[in-house]
Amino acid sequence: MGLLSRKVTCNSHGQDSSYFLGWQEYEKNPYHEVNNPQGIIQMGLAENQLSFDLPESWLAKNADAAGFKRDGQSIFKELALFQDYHGLPAFKKALVDFMAEIRGNKVTFDPNHIVLTAGATSANETLMFCLAEQGDAFLLPTPYYPGFDRDLKWRTGVEIVPIQCTSSNRFQITAPALEEAYKQAQRKNLRVKGVLVTNPSNPLGTTMRRDELDLLINFITDKEIHLISDEIYSGTVFSSPGFVSIMEVLKDRSLEQTPVWERVHIVYSLSKDLGLPGFRVGAIYSNDPIVVAAATKMSSFGLVSSQTQYLLSAMLSDKKFTKEYMAKNHKRLQKQQSKLVSGLEKAGIGCLESNAGLFCWVDMRHLLSSNTFEAEMELWKRIVYDVKLNISPGSSCHCSEPGWFRVCFANISEDTLKLAMQRLKSFVDSVAINNQSHQELKNSRKKFRTKWVFRLSFQSFHDREQDER
Amino acid sequence: MLSSKASCNSHGEDSSYFLGWQLYDNNPFHGVVNPTGIIQMGLAENQLSFDLVESWLRKNLDAMGLKKDGESVFREALFQDYHGLPAFKKELVEYMAKIRGNKVTFDPNNLVLAAGATSANETLIFCLVDPGQAILLPTPYYPGFNRDLKWRTGVEIVPVHCWSSNGFRITMSALEDAYQSAQTLNLKVKGVLITNPSNPLGTTMTREERSHLITFAIAKNIHIISDEVFAGTVFDSPGFISIMEAAMDRSLENENPGLWNRIHIVYSLSKDLGLPGFRVGMIYSNNETVVSAATRMSSFGLVSSQTQYLLSNMLANKKFTSKYMKENQKRLKRKKEMLVSGLRTSGMECLKSNAGLFCWVDMRHLLSSNTFEAETKLWKTILCEVGLNMTAGESCHCSEPGWLRVCFANMSQATLQIAMRRLRDFAER
Repeated sequence: MGLLSRKVTCNSHGQDSSYFLGWQEYEKNPYHEVNNPQGIIQMGLAENQLSFDLPESWLAKNADAAGFKRDGQSIFKELALFQDYHGLPAFKKALVDFMAEIRGNKVTFDPNHIVLTAGATSANETLMFCLAEQGDAFLLPTPYYPGFDRDLKWRTGVEIVPIQCTSSNRFQITAPALEEAYKQAQRKNLRVKGVLVTNPSNPLGTTMRRDELDLLINFITDKEIHLISDEIYSGTVFSSPGFVSIMEVLKDRSLEQTPVWERVHIVYSLSKDLGLPGFRVGAIYSNDPIVVAAATKMSSFGLVSSQTQYLLSAMLSDKKFTKEYMAKNHKRLQKQQSKLVSGLEKAGIGCLESNAGLFCWVDMRHLLSSNTFEAEMELWKRIVYDVKLNISPGSSCHCSEPGWFRVCFANISEDTLKLAMQRLKSFVDSVAINNQSHQELKNSRKKFRTKWVFRLSFQSFHDREQDER
Repeated sequence: MLSSKASCNSHGEDSSYFLGWQLYDNNPFHGVVNPTGIIQMGLAENQLSFDLVESWLRKNLDAMGLKKDGESVFREALFQDYHGLPAFKKELVEYMAKIRGNKVTFDPNNLVLAAGATSANETLIFCLVDPGQAILLPTPYYPGFNRDLKWRTGVEIVPVHCWSSNGFRITMSALEDAYQSAQTLNLKVKGVLITNPSNPLGTTMTREERSHLITFAIAKNIHIISDEVFAGTVFDSPGFISIMEAAMDRSLENENPGLWNRIHIVYSLSKDLGLPGFRVGMIYSNNETVVSAATRMSSFGLVSSQTQYLLSNMLANKKFTSKYMKENQKRLKRKKEMLVSGLRTSGMECLKSNAGLFCWVDMRHLLSSNTFEAETKLWKTILCEVGLNMTAGESCHCSEPGWLRVCFANMSQATLQIAMRRLRDFAER
């Protein structure tokens, strides 16, 4: 009899993947402008650090909200005792209004249908517990956020079956891809309970088009399954085309009174838009009152601190603040993204055209020694250890084609970004020179040895990934 | 369409424990606005010592405003490391040690933060027990455990029956019987979970009980989870002996490292400090693998960095924590004594208690028959006619009818007096 549970002794938390490994390397040698200018620059962390001065200055002008006061009166006792899993009503109201604002007020949300959770991590897991049994499956378009392997599968026992998307059509979801994924699940004897999409997409940084959303609705209607739309990046859309929420499409198609309406659920969070990941504010929004009721009870396992609910209800109720924040935040994101894109261009590297998110989906296929994931790993390791940039390899996002990398831009300063791009350019230039000289000298033995060295280090790495699978 | 977890009743929230709450919500007592409303005596919250925390807050505005020495530390809003704020964990382990009379010390690296003890307990079960396996729980126990330990984990609870004949103490034979029952049901037992001080009994575990547990856990090669959320509410002798102290006394780290690695503590600031809304819970374990796994699982219920920052400052103030602990215990004791004498005047005795926020009251003599139906009838009468929401022993899985848990720390002196008067009138009828 095992001493600990199987969940602990197996590796399904997925934390041996390169996504986390890169983080570890960064932590051993983190870049610092003054203290460690040769260190690794963290470009694998999808955090928005560009705009926190805005809530910071709001806080300075609104000490009462942090000081447990309402209209000058202390409400400390009320808040300290408040552990009602229905959530602080004022906060839920402010949150749904904020969500509507992000969607250009083209949809409205009912605060009675929102469930607060400790971050989107908790929200996603809770939805799995509500919608699926152990051994059921959810379909996810690739590439997807590496953390989903842990969040959706680990403690729930739910399986993920990928919907393969490719660069040939800019990684959009197609009807054949959906059908193929469904069949794949059936071949594995897995009952499909739903589809989970991230819109705007992590790691692509793109918003879903209306026809993709239509396709999804048709698919889940036909198969009678659920759709979870993880919209945590909805507030990071900084250029056109704008953001179209799944709710908007359902409304436009007048599907409110049909069964599919109650099978669509949204996950949201303030970690990306407002850049407050430490505060652990996530939410599930569902049109199905039974899901709302069950998720509400489950939220006991991850309630939001009342101290935080109160502070943010005051902040989000300040419409002047939210309007100013959204406008400034979008501008800063756009500016930083274009700096990344042009920096990459100078290094001869292209990326998927994006209008949202805190990262770009970068095309480094031309830098691969071969069109394989082994080559992708080789390249990734060189970028982490030699170029000293921690970026996320596409394989950790379950991308079906090698050579793509997610590169974050919103968690570093403009100067750091500039430096990162310089390092990258130098690296690319040196690779070009190397390749040229190799061709000229036909020194294939050196190349072989380099490959051999990397294959060795790749091997132990690969073994770990194998365990995880 | 939905999972069985979503559609069935295994969240346990249809038990009377929650029903009473609902009725109270519809008609809550208020000294001025609704003096005939239901008085909530089913809520184990500590509302007696807020003024102490509030006065600390007034003198420490910076900590609330995410400032340090006048400078903004708003960047903490970005902190989502599941290892927890180091300063906060350091203060927590020192506070935990202080509550245990500094007879044990804790290593902050063995502490895992969680969003409340609710999250901590569930996470520990996910780490130690597979679906379909079982843990043993002495009865009576906290009604919420049915949800917290079983619902999403798929784990079973097998009761260790305790009886009034010996003050509901855990006996070796009760433990053995429970283990046998589990085997008969084909359930593999992975551990025993105790709440010490006990909810709903309000008592601290005796040396004998601790000894039985340790002997039992060694013999069966199982885990001990000690839920010590009420550790800071011990207001009378005998004092509180943590499972960790007992383990150290028996030199388990050297004598039986196997068991040493199978002892885990759950703690929270909800009961001692009266801050349930802030969702601060934690797991403490000597087992590195458990700490590591629980740390990763805590992603599903991290503590708000805003809260971690505030409380790390508060707990760092040793003068404050000393004063708080002393004064809080004094007030708890006084309130409890008020309840005990009030009950006595109505002809009701309670189990002698030295901790907790409630008393375990003997109302067997008021039952029309020695059955749980009679107990439910009595509970309902007290709820609807007397206007007091208490917690029926059956919802705590007590093996004998007639016992009720009555909370005292969530109301003012005046309210408690009114409650006692209503009870007296009822008893006289």
